[in-house]
Amino acid sequence: MTTSTAAKYGTAHRTLTMRVNGRDVTREVSTRTTLADFLRDELDLVSVHLGCEHGVCGCCNVLFDGHSVRSCLMLAVQGDGHTVETVESLSVDPTELHPVQESFAEEQGLQCGFCTPAMVLRTKEIIETGREMTDAEVRHEISGILCRCTGYQNIVNAVQSAGAKLRGDGGPSAQADSRVGEAAADRGEVAADGAAGGRS
Amino acid sequence: MKPPPFTYCDPESVDEAVALKSEYGNDSLVLAGGQSLLPMLNMRLARPEALIDINKIGDLQKIERRADILEVGAGVRQYELEDHPLVGELVPLLPEATGYIGHIENRHRGTVGGSLALADSAAELPCTAVALDATVVVHGPSGTRTIAAQDFFQGWMATALEPEEVLVAVRYPVTPWTAGHGFVEVARRVGDLALAGAAAVVNLDEDGRFTAVSVGVLGISDTPVRASAVESALIGEAPTEENIARAAEEIVPSVTSGDDLHATRAYRRHLASVVVSRAITAAVARAHERSNGK
Repeated sequence: MTTSTAAKYGTAHRTLTMRVNGRDVTREVSTRTTLADFLRDELDLVSVHLGCEHGVCGCCNVLFDGHSVRSCLMLAVQGDGHTVETVESLSVDPTELHPVQESFAEEQGLQCGFCTPAMVLRTKEIIETGREMTDAEVRHEISGILCRCTGYQNIVNAVQSAGAKLRGDGGPSAQADSRVGEAAADRGEVAADGAAGGRS
Repeated sequence: MKPPPFTYCDPESVDEAVALKSEYGNDSLVLAGGQSLLPMLNMRLARPEALIDINKIGDLQKIERRADILEVGAGVRQYELEDHPLVGELVPLLPEATGYIGHIENRHRGTVGGSLALADSAAELPCTAVALDATVVVHGPSGTRTIAAQDFFQGWMATALEPEEVLVAVRYPVTPWTAGHGFVEVARRVGDLALAGAAAVVNLDEDGRFTAVSVGVLGISDTPVRASAVESALIGEAPTEENIARAAEEIVPSVTSGDDLHATRAYRRHLASVVVSRAITAAVARAHERSNGK
């Protein structure tokens, strides 16, 4: 290493300022720390789940300047001057969920919850386009995140429900009711009140 | 699963990046999108003394038309190829092929130059560069030089880049508006590297016969392959199903990959002719649409 290179780049630590979930944070980090480890260990944003740490599972996805990225495949220093959102930004209070989070709860779009923060963020990103999607298109859009529990169907339902809410064309309850109604009709029953709980 | 220590350099100009490459040579690696390099660092398959992060170099982020050339900076993110109106209009094969690269999360970070410099023979951008007769622009201590894509890819993950050089841009000839393009891949799962794939651009004369055919094939050898034998078998022929299928068989001797974990060589030989045939067929359909003014 030449003297000038050493003077400019010879340090193993850097001070960075990153806008995380709407607030500027300044920290000193080791240059080899990944963005994922930085968010978890320095900022306690433990919704960033580390599954594989080599870019396959998608559970560490965050929104970087508004685009979903694998945070295990970036260095924390690369976030200097940039914006990061994790699922913690969506609701400050656990009793007041973001509409996407509500949809995941209502549709049971999760089981163990490991991939859920990434799925919720990705859902937010794709429904903001306002485009109506087929179930196949939704599956393609979320294909970068692996869920080992649900078989994806409930996640797809949650994405569709959240998208419908955002577009304002029928909330989740309206959709759920119509599904119950269809199922009942298939069995030759009449859905009197459209409520699944009303049947024993 | 944490990167080993390295000297982290984040130059803001190409000249400074070249100076750092000249200083460190093969002991350094360029960090572009990081979608292949970070896994290699996390798994400690790579242990560079210096990491040269080119993400702050604004000159590498441009997409520009210069006469009959579309020049794409090495640092342009792959998803930008999918969305950029100029790219879709001038070289429509590019956005189509780019959609097959990994998942959207990878394309949000992954760069055009990074994919070419890594030179995975199963990757989409090296194959399209070969099919489109692109030119790779590199910058070194003695200035800029250009390398034809076919000469740039020299072997398995090996390119014509010298240790002190940095890839700065790719120049794609603008596709004639009458031409049709097609891109086909076969992979086990969405987002996986393909077992085999093909990119095709064709032009037809007034009688509907092939006047120009260019085909690149991925996943079948150490480098992306230009299917010259397939191309010359089709020039002057009518684009019938039989003619295309017969010409596509010419790719089979070029298949040198396999048997590996993912496929036998026999299967890849079969697959190579199938993807070539499908890509050409898709390109012909688009050329017909163009000539019908759709």
